[in-house]
Amino acid sequence: MMKVIVNVFLKAGVLDSQGKAVYHALESLHFDNISDVRVGKQIVLNLDESDETKAMADVTKMCEELLANTVIEDYNIELVK
Amino acid sequence: MKVTILQFPGTNCEYDAQYAFEKLGAKTEILWHKSQSVPADTDLLVVAGGFSYGDYLRSGAIAKFSPVMKAVTAYAKSGGKVLGICNGFQVLTEARLLPGALKRNESLHFISKHHHLKVISNDNIFLEKLDNSDVVNIPIAHHDGNYYIDQNGLKELYDNNQVLLKYCDANGDDKNPNGSVDSIAGICNKERNVFGLMPHPERAMESLLGSSDGIKMLQGFLKA
Repeated sequence: MMKVIVNVFLKAGVLDSQGKAVYHALESLHFDNISDVRVGKQIVLNLDESDETKAMADVTKMCEELLANTVIEDYNIELVK
Repeated sequence: MKVTILQFPGTNCEYDAQYAFEKLGAKTEILWHKSQSVPADTDLLVVAGGFSYGDYLRSGAIAKFSPVMKAVTAYAKSGGKVLGICNGFQVLTEARLLPGALKRNESLHFISKHHHLKVISNDNIFLEKLDNSDVVNIPIAHHDGNYYIDQNGLKELYDNNQVLLKYCDANGDDKNPNGSVDSIAGICNKERNVFGLMPHPERAMESLLGSSDGIKMLQGFLKA
């Protein structure tokens, strides 16, 4: 059993309207030390797999095919024991 | 003329599309997404609007793996004509049959209203009944209609006359409701047989209901 966390965000350079809205909301709450906010999504997978290399390869394929739209999104993968 | 209209779980514009094309004199068939093939007599395949698979993950992301999509891709690759409206446009970009992607509207709001569109290129079967710079009044209804493509992709679209429609005001001046790159509302592929747009021409078939400009648009496909 292995827990894998996938984070998906809009690419740098692609306008993140949600991030911008949250940024302005935080500003209006007087948090004035923020320079940028990005909103993304987190997908948590439990894999029946003990081989980390295999898990990484499988999840990368999942990201490329479904979990992220690589036209507009980047992703990163964290293996959690 | 036979129009086949795709239906996924969550599609909700298939009957509007059927009404529109039957009004224009076409035969229609609604095709459930479990089908492994596209009917052989299909002259136009419509990927209708709605919320396929509840828009889970991303709009159109899960529909692209429906059984029928392999046949749709083969149909498109062999030159078959495909029209994606709204969620259908999203499905076609997710399936990489059209370039770019549809993001959340810049305002973050769902937008549902009539909007004017300007014809940018009529050098294709879809819009050949219209003239360039013609303005039509067509409903839009979407949350993820913010068209994105990178600068190289955008240049390629212009170079090949693939930008078909842009959002505008009643005079044809630029007016962007959702943040789309260059106010783009509709495009086609390089081969000019796959078309996608966020606005709903199939909902603009009766002037009593606000506009019948959809007739001029969809009629292009009716050519024998």
